[in-house]
Amino acid sequence: MVIVQHFVNALQWGSFYALIALGYTLVYGVLSLINFAHGDIFMVGAYIAFFVSTALLASDSFGLSHFQALSLTIPLTMLLTSCVGMTLERIAYRPLRRKGAHRLYVVITALMCGLVLENGNLALLGASRRTLPEMLDKVVYNIGGIAVTNLKIGVIFTALLVFVALQYIVTRTRMGMAMRAVSWDKFALPLMGIALDRVIVFTFVMGSGIAGLGGMLFAMSYPVLDPYMGSMVGWKAFIAAVVGGIGDIRGAFLGGFLLAFVEIMVAAFLPSTFRDLFAFTVLLLIMWQRPTGIFGAPQTTKI
Amino acid sequence: MRAHIFGVWALALVLAFAMNTGVQAAQTIKIGFPIELTGEIPKVGEGTRYAAELMKEEINAQGGLEVGGQKYPLEFIYEDNEAKPELAVTVTLKLIERDQVVAVVGPQSSRQAVPAGGVADEHETPMISPWSTNPETTKDRPWVFRAAFLDPFQAPVAADFAIKTFKAKKAAVLFEISNDYSKGLADYFKLTWEKLNGQDAVVAFESHGPKDQDFSAQLTKINAAKPDFIFLPQNYSFAALIIKQARDLGYKGPFMGSDAWGSAELMTLCGNDCKGQYFSTHYAAAGAQGPTKAFIDKYQAKYGYVPDDVAALTWDALGIVLQAVKNGGKVENDVRKMRALIRDNMGKITSFEGITGRMSFDAEGDPVKCAVIVQIDDKGEFTFAESVCPN
Repeated sequence: MVIVQHFVNALQWGSFYALIALGYTLVYGVLSLINFAHGDIFMVGAYIAFFVSTALLASDSFGLSHFQALSLTIPLTMLLTSCVGMTLERIAYRPLRRKGAHRLYVVITALMCGLVLENGNLALLGASRRTLPEMLDKVVYNIGGIAVTNLKIGVIFTALLVFVALQYIVTRTRMGMAMRAVSWDKFALPLMGIALDRVIVFTFVMGSGIAGLGGMLFAMSYPVLDPYMGSMVGWKAFIAAVVGGIGDIRGAFLGGFLLAFVEIMVAAFLPSTFRDLFAFTVLLLIMWQRPTGIFGAPQTTKI
Repeated sequence: MRAHIFGVWALALVLAFAMNTGVQAAQTIKIGFPIELTGEIPKVGEGTRYAAELMKEEINAQGGLEVGGQKYPLEFIYEDNEAKPELAVTVTLKLIERDQVVAVVGPQSSRQAVPAGGVADEHETPMISPWSTNPETTKDRPWVFRAAFLDPFQAPVAADFAIKTFKAKKAAVLFEISNDYSKGLADYFKLTWEKLNGQDAVVAFESHGPKDQDFSAQLTKINAAKPDFIFLPQNYSFAALIIKQARDLGYKGPFMGSDAWGSAELMTLCGNDCKGQYFSTHYAAAGAQGPTKAFIDKYQAKYGYVPDDVAALTWDALGIVLQAVKNGGKVENDVRKMRALIRDNMGKITSFEGITGRMSFDAEGDPVKCAVIVQIDDKGEFTFAESVCPN
């Protein structure tokens, strides 16, 4: 029974890794850019959810029930977080791309953007922690000795849904085709009459929107918000995306759950002190066997 | 270009002189605070600064602290250690070397106070940590003092109370591995509990890292061991996360916390889940009397909330330092001599009447004082449940 409980725990924890890893992999797949600010966009998403929900619940004029507030907060958070991602692309990455800067410089810029978001938040809102108002009446279901909350089920289903939707968009729609085309050949694309910038902006909007959704669900599940909450989770999700094969949507999804499973199972059966040590050793072994990740294809550089 | 650089140098020199003479003109008593203003426990840093400012304003309004018939204004310097041990060392060093403070108050958490205490002791600067409860902070360090009781005392207090109140036989512990405070207290608790209830009475002894947010694996293990209560020697932000997740996993029993819970921010983070739980601490704000009440009223009037134990202990720690300065009878111009004078006089204080109770000091520089156990009531206030004194 206990093992099943660990399994359910890992599913929830993995959902967050998967949601963040999907954003990493999406941007990498299209632009070959590791967007290191992604973990912090996730943090910004959590804060946006905090402000939106507090505002919705505070003003009596709306007279919203908790459920209505929740169903309004989700799209608003996603929308506002995608605006943050879009702004980042517009002011930080696009000028560099225009000037034809090497990829390395864009990655460093992304890293700095993340630090600016973290410390900007600290300067703007102060160091005290915040907690999301409870919008969902938590119910703990006990099925044969396994405890599951309605929130946990929601988180797992959301991750699954986002994965299916993304997979559909990228493989079945015209926009998805354009995205794949960008990753194939950035220079031939404008010749085919496709607006390169629009495809890239769309990628960022989707990636940040998912990060916003993830941030909000995270804030509901682990309700202590602080400016650095995104950095560690973000790093780990990035590793998950790499293990899964960065650039591949299935890889990111699977990698996220894989990392969570290893982490939880290590903590469950070995002294919890060794959690990260063992978790990353296992991932290292996987990388050693498959340097391009589980789904990654070996790349050759075209000259 | 050359002239330009020369200009900057000249300006810097003039400024340096101006600052130097400024200090000498009105001699102040300079005290440094390497405290947790941001990071994991920002409310702790805030409480420290607020309490210190309150005392400074009170004394400086009278023209300063009277030492040997002359009044010296107080000057406090606050540095942020971001709740990181390595940074605590850096900023403490900065206060000692660059700012030339005569005494250091803080850091608060043992995680920072243990390494910072080493620096203060090496540089022969008196340091007092108001809140640190780990024995290592002051052990074999003649220059380091504290205002709080020790974990070897706090752990049995918690254990005795749990046996009496919860009728508990089996305990589970979840602590933070990289935090001297949390780890030390967990170890002392385990030792006491096994002495009282037999070898296997601690059914789960789990830990987590400093940046962890998910504790489901540890809590599932704890749940499976079916403890009578869970002991959480944790900072308040972790306590809030852990209690919520334990409830999500179907744990229905009680929790027992330690003094690091007692922050004004605990209830905003934890909400209803924390109500009804107990923790050991240094003072109970609800129902306080005399000078303690006077302090609480002043603090609340100025900052709008009831001071937590950190603020009260900072007030007492500062009181001890200033008492030592007064007892010294003079203010030396040489910083090193002044530091030695303060240290000698701090060592001579045998008992001090503080707002967190009367304390007497042992040879190690540690106070002997009572602990309080409080319960979080339905309104989220910390109400007095029991007082335990060392015998």
